[in-house]
Amino acid sequence: MKRVNAVVVGAGAAGGIVAKELSTAGLSVVLLERGKWYTANDCRKDDLRNQRTTLLGNAFGPEDEGNPRVVFDPKSGPRTFLPSEGGYQNNAACVGGGTLSYGAMAWRFMPQDFRMRSIYGAPQGSSLEDWPITYDDLEPFYDKAEYEIGISGDYSGSPFFGPRKRPLPMPPLAPNREFQILEPAAKRLGLHPFHIPMARNSVPYNGRGPCMRCRWCVGFACEADAKNGSQNTVIPTALATGNCELRTECMAKEILTDDRGRARGVAYYDADGHLQQQDSDIVIVSACAIESARLMLNSKSRLFPNGLGNQHDQVGRHLQGHHYTGAVGFFDFDTYDDVGPGASIAVADYNHGTPGLCGGGALCNEFIRLPIQMIERMPVNTPRWGLKHKQAMRNFYKRNIAVMGPTQPIPSADARVTLDPDVRDKWGMPVARISGNVHPHTFEIGVIQAQRSEAWLKEAGAVSTLLNAGKPTIVSSGQHQAGTCRMGNDPQGSVVSKACQVHDVDNVFVIDGSVHVTNGGFNPALTIMAIAYMASEELVRNWKGTGFKS
Amino acid sequence: MQSSRDGVPLTRRQFVAAGAMGGAALAVGCAGTKQGNWDFLNDPQARTLAAICDQIIPADDFPSASQAGVLTYIDRQLARHYRRHRNAYRDGLEQADAMSRKRFGQDLAALTVPQQLEMVSSIEKENSGFFNLVRSHTLEGYYGAPRHGGNRDAVSWKMLGMAEPPVRGRAQYDQRKSPAS
Repeated sequence: MKRVNAVVVGAGAAGGIVAKELSTAGLSVVLLERGKWYTANDCRKDDLRNQRTTLLGNAFGPEDEGNPRVVFDPKSGPRTFLPSEGGYQNNAACVGGGTLSYGAMAWRFMPQDFRMRSIYGAPQGSSLEDWPITYDDLEPFYDKAEYEIGISGDYSGSPFFGPRKRPLPMPPLAPNREFQILEPAAKRLGLHPFHIPMARNSVPYNGRGPCMRCRWCVGFACEADAKNGSQNTVIPTALATGNCELRTECMAKEILTDDRGRARGVAYYDADGHLQQQDSDIVIVSACAIESARLMLNSKSRLFPNGLGNQHDQVGRHLQGHHYTGAVGFFDFDTYDDVGPGASIAVADYNHGTPGLCGGGALCNEFIRLPIQMIERMPVNTPRWGLKHKQAMRNFYKRNIAVMGPTQPIPSADARVTLDPDVRDKWGMPVARISGNVHPHTFEIGVIQAQRSEAWLKEAGAVSTLLNAGKPTIVSSGQHQAGTCRMGNDPQGSVVSKACQVHDVDNVFVIDGSVHVTNGGFNPALTIMAIAYMASEELVRNWKGTGFKS
Repeated sequence: MQSSRDGVPLTRRQFVAAGAMGGAALAVGCAGTKQGNWDFLNDPQARTLAAICDQIIPADDFPSASQAGVLTYIDRQLARHYRRHRNAYRDGLEQADAMSRKRFGQDLAALTVPQQLEMVSSIEKENSGFFNLVRSHTLEGYYGAPRHGGNRDAVSWKMLGMAEPPVRGRAQYDQRKSPAS
């Protein structure tokens, strides 16, 4: 195969952006994606088989067959999970990655989120750390992501975010009924409610129409193509340059290195299962935190016996996602208006500044709950089955609001991805093994956040509430997975530099949520995108044809 | 293995419309060339399962689980995604009838409704693994997407007061026939 300048592994939020930025700058790019490219005709509104409710399987990969993972629970030991089981901590495997089917909340992190250790100090046993970059460094790239990907919403109601040069490119969608109920209640509590920023067209943008406000949003691909991910923005742009080739159903096996310790390309299995090799000047790993770490660990050679970038046993550590807690409020009037996507209002008053707590997180109303998602979320003391359960569904399905929030996890070096010694995937490669947990202070914050959700719902008129604040025994990473190839200035305590360049191998980059030092109290997609723009710009600036300027 | 139902050349929307015209006719039509009515269950198992499902979701002014096609949902999945639960169903249903015969001298399906409720409560206590499986699958079939054979004619969504047909976009099966409202 013809040698190219860059191989990008993974066509998700970050990989799509990197492919676009490099190919528009004139580099030749091969974009490898393990999954398929879905079209509008694949956008089935199947309540039992989508990327959120996976009872009958994942809609957008990976398939259950041949893609196991192992999770090590301290109580019960290792257990193998299928991709459609919750314990697997899946994101997606398709062109667009998680951005094809996400809820599309597109937040900027706050300035404090990049300086967690300086502000709070590291709780004992945690690996809380500052980022090597600041909010101000990232601001121009947040802006670029907001305008290129297409974000609607309005932050102006909240005084807690960092400075920005201009408003979001699109106004928010018109408020749904939950917004109208929750907004005055938040104001009565002295909070600052505002419209959630979303990667969703509220008006025609980028040549595509606006959201039609159906009830099937999070977990589904958009059949109106109004939800903005890498699959309908940057990847088509990359392909249009003529410099980028997208190869789907191609599973990366390892990053190949030469005897001087530099990467020379990627070995991968193509759609027919044949082993292929793509030579390149540089390699960019954008496979999402768990699979990026796995690929680095699986890239073993004489010079890198513990995997690439892993000289100091840092690859795979600090795995985190978000600890979601909140409450469901039940009302004696209709709160449901069948106007999607549902999630509309947030408060960011609780992200920072509570004495005794290392941070917090945003609180938002939930996306529309499909009936199947309500069956376990009935008022306290509702029987689990029988006529009373059916009647409770009838009484409360349209009379409930859920407020939830992603508590910013306090990371721990023990929460990690390693290679399982026994279990292999269908290509014969060792699979990811997930173990450990985030720092327990995370769960203390989570309880307070759930109580705050409850208070908001009661102020809004809820007659009863159901508190939801668990204490998982395993790190919960899932769709917000991050942290496994930490960005830092110290090569012994991190995997990549602030330019996302692997410390040990200067022509390998990790560009995705893996590099997050901390994961904010917000959905991380826009931050992943902003970092991809930032790292790509630095890469292109230093590029001189076939290598880097020294 | 593909069931003959998949070979029926109806779009989903036409399928739902056919269901609205007559559930009984649909059930016959679905049997196709296959032996019996089911992909996995046999008729006695289906009768016992229906008795359990209808205690989990009984009829009121809206249909019970079995009336809404939940058995079709479970049976299809036992031949597909839930193949791993086949033994649990085989053993669980047999045990349920054995318990019923011991206490009331008859199979579960032959009991009165209050007796069935008593029996299902006992199954929940004594065979909770099986019960929880059936409970989950029943609720899935009843409240899930009609395409899988349960929630016939989106009856549970109508019960909950959701707009049906809902707002839809440009997926191919909608281009053939525009929504009614």
